[in-house]
Amino acid sequence: MRAKVHVTLKKGVLDPQGEAVRHALGALGFDDVGEVRVGKVIELDLSDEDRGTAEARVSEMCEKLLANTVIENYRVELE
Amino acid sequence: MSFRAGVLVFPGSNCDRDMAVALAQAGADVTMVWHKETALPSGLDLVAIPGGFSFGDYLRCGAIAGRSPIMRAVVDFAHGGGHVLGVCNGFQVLTETGLLPGALMRNAALKFVCRVEELVVSTEQSVFTSRYGKGARIEVPIAHHDGNYVATPEILAELNGEDRVAFRYVRTPNGAMDDIAGILSANRRVLGMMPHPERAVDARHGGTDGRGVFESLAAVLGAGALQEA
Repeated sequence: MRAKVHVTLKKGVLDPQGEAVRHALGALGFDDVGEVRVGKVIELDLSDEDRGTAEARVSEMCEKLLANTVIENYRVELE
Repeated sequence: MSFRAGVLVFPGSNCDRDMAVALAQAGADVTMVWHKETALPSGLDLVAIPGGFSFGDYLRCGAIAGRSPIMRAVVDFAHGGGHVLGVCNGFQVLTETGLLPGALMRNAALKFVCRVEELVVSTEQSVFTSRYGKGARIEVPIAHHDGNYVATPEILAELNGEDRVAFRYVRTPNGAMDDIAGILSANRRVLGMMPHPERAVDARHGGTDGRGVFESLAAVLGAGALQEA
Protein backbone atom coordinates (compact mmCIF):
# COMPACT_ATOMS: atom_id res chain seq x y z
CA MET A 1 0.00 0.00 0.00
CA ARG A 2 1.17 3.54 -0.68
CA ALA A 3 0.45 6.57 1.42
CA LYS A 4 0.64 10.18 0.38
CA VAL A 5 1.07 12.65 3.21
CA HIS A 6 0.22 16.27 2.52
CA VAL A 7 1.86 18.66 4.95
CA THR A 8 0.58 22.23 4.88
CA LEU A 9 1.05 25.29 7.03
CA LYS A 10 -1.76 25.96 9.48
CA LYS A 11 -4.16 28.79 8.78
CA GLY A 12 -2.85 32.01 10.21
CA VAL A 13 0.81 30.96 9.98
CA LEU A 14 2.50 33.40 7.61
CA ASP A 15 4.11 31.72 4.61
CA PRO A 16 6.96 33.87 3.29
CA GLN A 17 7.69 31.32 0.54
CA GLY A 18 4.09 31.38 -0.64
CA GLU A 19 4.23 35.17 -0.68
CA ALA A 20 7.39 35.13 -2.82
CA VAL A 21 5.76 32.67 -5.24
CA ARG A 22 2.69 34.91 -5.46
CA HIS A 23 4.88 37.89 -6.36
CA ALA A 24 6.72 35.87 -9.01
CA LEU A 25 3.41 34.71 -10.49
CA GLY A 26 2.29 38.33 -10.60
CA ALA A 27 5.45 39.25 -12.50
CA LEU A 28 4.53 36.58 -15.08
CA GLY A 29 1.15 38.14 -15.59
CA PHE A 30 -0.79 35.89 -13.21
CA ASP A 31 -1.69 38.82 -11.03
CA ASP A 32 -5.14 37.58 -10.08
CA VAL A 33 -3.84 34.96 -7.62
CA GLY A 34 -5.06 35.80 -4.12
CA GLU A 35 -2.98 33.69 -1.79
CA VAL A 36 -0.27 31.07 -2.30
CA ARG A 37 0.64 28.51 0.35
CA VAL A 38 3.63 26.20 -0.15
CA GLY A 39 3.48 22.75 1.43
CA LYS A 40 5.02 19.37 0.81
CA VAL A 41 3.97 15.90 -0.25
CA ILE A 42 5.66 12.84 1.26
CA GLU A 43 5.09 9.45 -0.38
CA LEU A 44 5.51 6.29 1.66
CA ASP A 45 5.65 2.65 0.60
CA LEU A 46 3.98 0.57 3.31
CA SER A 47 3.88 -3.15 3.99
CA ASP A 48 0.52 -2.91 5.75
CA GLU A 49 -2.37 -4.76 4.14
CA ASP A 50 -5.08 -3.29 6.31
CA ARG A 51 -6.20 0.28 5.59
CA GLY A 52 -7.13 1.01 9.18
CA THR A 53 -3.74 -0.07 10.52
CA ALA A 54 -1.94 1.82 7.77
CA GLU A 55 -3.88 4.99 8.45
CA ALA A 56 -3.19 4.80 12.19
CA ARG A 57 0.52 4.14 11.65
CA VAL A 58 0.98 6.98 9.16
CA SER A 59 -0.86 9.36 11.48
CA GLU A 60 1.55 8.37 14.22
CA MET A 61 4.49 9.02 11.86
CA CYS A 62 3.08 12.47 11.12
CA GLU A 63 2.66 13.31 14.79
CA LYS A 64 6.16 12.09 15.66
CA LEU A 65 8.18 13.34 12.71
CA LEU A 66 6.65 14.13 9.33
CA ALA A 67 4.78 17.25 10.44
CA ASN A 68 5.57 19.84 13.07
CA THR A 69 2.09 20.18 14.52
CA VAL A 70 2.99 23.51 16.10
CA ILE A 71 2.81 25.12 12.65
CA GLU A 72 1.68 22.41 10.22
CA ASN A 73 -1.39 20.32 9.43
CA TYR A 74 -1.23 16.97 7.70
CA ARG A 75 -3.61 14.89 5.61
CA VAL A 76 -3.07 11.22 4.78
CA GLU A 77 -4.20 9.66 1.50
CA LEU A 78 -3.96 5.89 1.00
CA GLU A 79 -3.76 4.36 -2.48
CA MET B 1 36.35 24.29 40.12
CA SER B 2 35.33 23.58 36.64
CA PHE B 3 32.04 22.33 35.31
CA ARG B 4 31.34 19.50 32.92
CA ALA B 5 29.80 20.23 29.55
CA GLY B 6 28.85 17.94 26.68
CA VAL B 7 28.68 19.34 23.15
CA LEU B 8 26.51 17.32 20.76
CA VAL B 9 27.80 16.61 17.27
CA PHE B 10 25.45 15.76 14.40
CA PRO B 11 26.35 15.23 10.77
CA GLY B 12 26.26 18.83 9.52
CA SER B 13 27.03 20.52 12.85
CA ASN B 14 29.55 23.27 12.15
CA CYS B 15 29.74 25.33 15.33
CA ASP B 16 30.52 22.43 17.65
CA ARG B 17 34.21 23.27 17.98
CA ASP B 18 33.53 26.98 18.49
CA MET B 19 31.08 26.03 21.23
CA ALA B 20 33.64 23.75 22.86
CA VAL B 21 36.29 26.51 22.77
CA ALA B 22 33.92 29.07 24.29
CA LEU B 23 32.93 26.66 27.07
CA ALA B 24 36.53 25.64 27.76
CA GLN B 25 37.50 29.31 27.95
CA ALA B 26 34.89 29.70 30.69
CA GLY B 27 36.47 26.84 32.60
CA ALA B 28 34.41 23.89 31.38
CA ASP B 29 35.72 20.40 31.00
CA VAL B 30 34.22 19.65 27.55
CA THR B 31 33.30 16.29 26.03
CA MET B 32 32.06 15.99 22.44
CA VAL B 33 29.06 13.64 22.18
CA TRP B 34 28.20 11.92 18.87
CA HIS B 35 24.52 11.82 17.91
CA LYS B 36 24.36 8.01 17.82
CA GLU B 37 25.19 7.71 21.51
CA THR B 38 22.18 6.62 23.55
CA ALA B 39 23.43 8.03 26.84
CA LEU B 40 25.20 11.21 27.92
CA PRO B 41 28.55 11.00 29.72
CA SER B 42 27.80 10.80 33.43
CA GLY B 43 28.05 13.85 35.66
CA LEU B 44 27.37 16.53 33.04
CA ASP B 45 26.33 19.97 34.27
CA LEU B 46 25.42 21.26 30.82
CA VAL B 47 24.54 19.95 27.38
CA ALA B 48 25.20 22.34 24.49
CA ILE B 49 23.56 21.81 21.11
CA PRO B 50 25.63 23.70 18.55
CA GLY B 51 24.76 25.52 15.35
CA GLY B 52 25.05 24.11 11.88
CA PHE B 53 22.87 22.28 9.41
CA SER B 54 22.25 18.94 11.08
CA PHE B 55 21.19 16.33 8.52
CA GLY B 56 21.25 18.99 5.81
CA ASP B 57 18.14 20.67 7.26
CA TYR B 58 16.17 17.86 5.56
CA LEU B 59 12.41 17.77 6.22
CA ARG B 60 12.61 20.76 8.61
CA CYS B 61 15.57 22.38 10.35
CA GLY B 62 16.39 20.28 13.40
CA ALA B 63 13.66 17.69 12.72
CA ILE B 64 15.90 14.67 12.15
CA ALA B 65 18.41 15.65 14.84
CA GLY B 66 15.51 16.12 17.24
CA ARG B 67 14.68 12.41 16.88
CA SER B 68 18.26 11.13 17.10
CA PRO B 69 19.23 8.64 19.85
CA ILE B 70 21.22 11.18 21.86
CA MET B 71 18.30 13.62 21.95
CA ARG B 72 16.20 11.12 23.92
CA ALA B 73 18.92 11.21 26.56
CA VAL B 74 19.01 15.02 26.40
CA VAL B 75 15.22 15.25 26.87
CA ASP B 76 15.52 13.03 29.97
CA PHE B 77 18.47 15.13 31.17
CA ALA B 78 16.39 18.32 30.78
CA HIS B 79 13.33 16.79 32.45
CA GLY B 80 15.59 15.83 35.33
CA GLY B 81 16.57 19.48 35.79
CA GLY B 82 19.72 19.49 33.63
CA HIS B 83 20.92 22.67 31.91
CA VAL B 84 20.73 22.77 28.12
CA LEU B 85 21.95 25.50 25.76
CA GLY B 86 20.87 25.37 22.11
CA VAL B 87 22.32 27.88 19.67
CA CYS B 88 20.95 28.47 16.15
CA ASN B 89 20.38 24.95 14.78
CA GLY B 90 20.49 23.88 18.43
CA PHE B 91 17.50 26.18 19.13
CA GLN B 92 15.67 24.61 16.19
CA VAL B 93 16.42 21.14 17.58
CA LEU B 94 15.06 22.17 21.00
CA THR B 95 11.76 23.37 19.52
CA GLU B 96 11.51 20.19 17.44
CA THR B 97 11.84 18.03 20.58
CA GLY B 98 9.28 20.14 22.43
CA LEU B 99 11.78 21.18 25.12
CA LEU B 100 11.03 24.75 24.04
CA PRO B 101 7.69 25.99 22.66
CA GLY B 102 7.03 27.49 19.23
CA ALA B 103 8.87 26.96 15.96
CA LEU B 104 11.51 28.63 13.80
CA MET B 105 10.37 29.33 10.28
CA ARG B 106 12.02 30.65 7.14
CA ASN B 107 13.22 34.26 7.53
CA ALA B 108 10.51 36.70 6.47
CA ALA B 109 12.69 38.10 3.66
CA LEU B 110 13.59 34.53 2.55
CA LYS B 111 17.29 35.35 2.74
CA PHE B 112 20.08 33.80 4.76
CA VAL B 113 21.20 36.58 7.11
CA CYS B 114 24.79 36.62 8.34
CA ARG B 115 25.85 39.69 10.30
CA VAL B 116 26.32 41.13 13.76
CA GLU B 117 23.01 42.04 15.40
CA GLU B 118 22.28 44.19 18.40
CA LEU B 119 20.34 42.36 21.11
CA VAL B 120 18.66 43.38 24.33
CA VAL B 121 19.07 41.10 27.33
CA SER B 122 15.41 40.81 28.33
CA THR B 123 15.98 38.98 31.59
CA GLU B 124 18.99 38.48 33.83
CA GLN B 125 17.03 35.91 35.83
CA SER B 126 18.65 32.77 34.42
CA VAL B 127 21.87 30.79 34.66
CA PHE B 128 22.63 31.90 31.10
CA THR B 129 22.15 35.65 31.51
CA SER B 130 22.87 36.51 35.16
CA ARG B 131 26.16 38.24 34.30
CA TYR B 132 24.42 40.71 32.00
CA GLY B 133 22.38 43.58 33.36
CA LYS B 134 18.68 43.54 32.53
CA GLY B 135 18.18 45.64 29.42
CA ALA B 136 21.86 45.47 28.50
CA ARG B 137 22.55 45.90 24.79
CA ILE B 138 25.00 43.43 23.32
CA GLU B 139 26.32 42.70 19.83
CA VAL B 140 26.32 39.06 18.76
CA PRO B 141 26.61 37.50 15.28
CA ILE B 142 23.69 35.74 13.64
CA ALA B 143 23.89 33.39 10.66
CA HIS B 144 20.67 31.64 9.72
CA HIS B 145 17.99 31.11 7.11
CA ASP B 146 15.28 29.89 9.49
CA GLY B 147 15.21 32.06 12.59
CA ASN B 148 11.74 33.51 12.30
CA TYR B 149 10.27 32.64 15.70
CA VAL B 150 6.59 31.74 15.58
CA ALA B 151 4.26 30.80 18.43
CA THR B 152 0.58 31.03 19.31
CA PRO B 153 -0.65 34.16 21.12
CA GLU B 154 -1.11 31.97 24.22
CA ILE B 155 2.53 30.84 24.18
CA LEU B 156 3.76 34.38 23.57
CA ALA B 157 1.69 35.60 26.53
CA GLU B 158 3.14 32.83 28.68
CA LEU B 159 6.73 33.61 27.62
CA ASN B 160 6.26 37.31 28.31
CA GLY B 161 4.26 36.79 31.51
CA GLU B 162 6.82 34.41 32.98
CA ASP B 163 9.80 36.57 31.94
CA ARG B 164 11.08 33.78 29.70
CA VAL B 165 12.28 35.84 26.74
CA ALA B 166 16.04 35.89 27.28
CA PHE B 167 17.09 38.00 24.28
CA ARG B 168 15.32 40.29 21.82
CA TYR B 169 16.59 41.83 18.60
CA VAL B 170 16.79 45.60 18.57
CA ARG B 171 15.87 45.41 14.86
CA THR B 172 14.38 42.05 13.89
CA PRO B 173 16.42 40.56 11.04
CA ASN B 174 14.08 37.63 10.34
CA GLY B 175 10.50 38.57 11.18
CA ALA B 176 10.49 36.87 14.58
CA MET B 177 7.37 37.50 16.64
CA ASP B 178 7.91 40.01 19.47
CA ASP B 179 11.52 40.38 18.17
CA ILE B 180 12.36 37.15 20.00
CA ALA B 181 15.96 35.98 19.64
CA GLY B 182 16.11 33.54 22.56
CA ILE B 183 13.74 31.91 25.06
CA LEU B 184 13.89 29.93 28.29
CA SER B 185 12.02 26.81 29.36
CA ALA B 186 9.48 26.99 32.19
CA ASN B 187 12.15 25.86 34.71
CA ARG B 188 14.58 28.44 33.17
CA ARG B 189 17.25 25.75 32.68
CA VAL B 190 16.92 25.35 28.92
CA LEU B 191 17.88 28.28 26.67
CA GLY B 192 17.46 28.36 22.91
CA MET B 193 18.79 31.32 20.94
CA MET B 194 19.40 32.06 17.26
CA PRO B 195 22.41 34.42 17.74
CA HIS B 196 25.83 32.84 18.28
CA PRO B 197 27.38 33.89 21.62
CA GLU B 198 30.27 31.46 20.98
CA ARG B 199 31.28 33.60 18.01
CA ALA B 200 31.83 36.62 20.25
CA VAL B 201 34.12 35.44 23.04
CA ASP B 202 37.52 36.63 21.83
CA ALA B 203 38.67 40.13 20.89
CA ARG B 204 39.82 38.63 17.61
CA HIS B 205 36.20 37.73 16.86
CA GLY B 206 35.52 41.44 16.69
CA GLY B 207 33.71 41.48 20.03
CA THR B 208 33.32 39.65 23.32
CA ASP B 209 29.68 40.35 24.15
CA GLY B 210 28.84 36.64 23.91
CA ARG B 211 31.06 35.86 26.88
CA GLY B 212 28.34 36.79 29.33
CA VAL B 213 26.45 33.59 28.51
CA PHE B 214 29.44 31.40 29.32
CA GLU B 215 30.50 33.52 32.30
CA SER B 216 26.97 33.25 33.69
CA LEU B 217 27.03 29.48 33.29
CA ALA B 218 30.48 29.26 34.84
CA ALA B 219 29.41 31.35 37.82
CA VAL B 220 26.51 29.03 38.60
CA LEU B 221 27.88 25.69 37.46
CA GLY B 222 31.09 26.08 39.37
CA ALA B 223 33.90 27.47 37.26
CA GLY B 224 36.37 30.14 38.18
CA ALA B 225 37.08 33.36 36.35
CA LEU B 226 37.53 33.37 32.59
CA GLN B 227 41.04 33.02 31.41
CA GLU B 228 42.13 36.06 29.51
CA ALA B 229 42.53 35.39 25.81
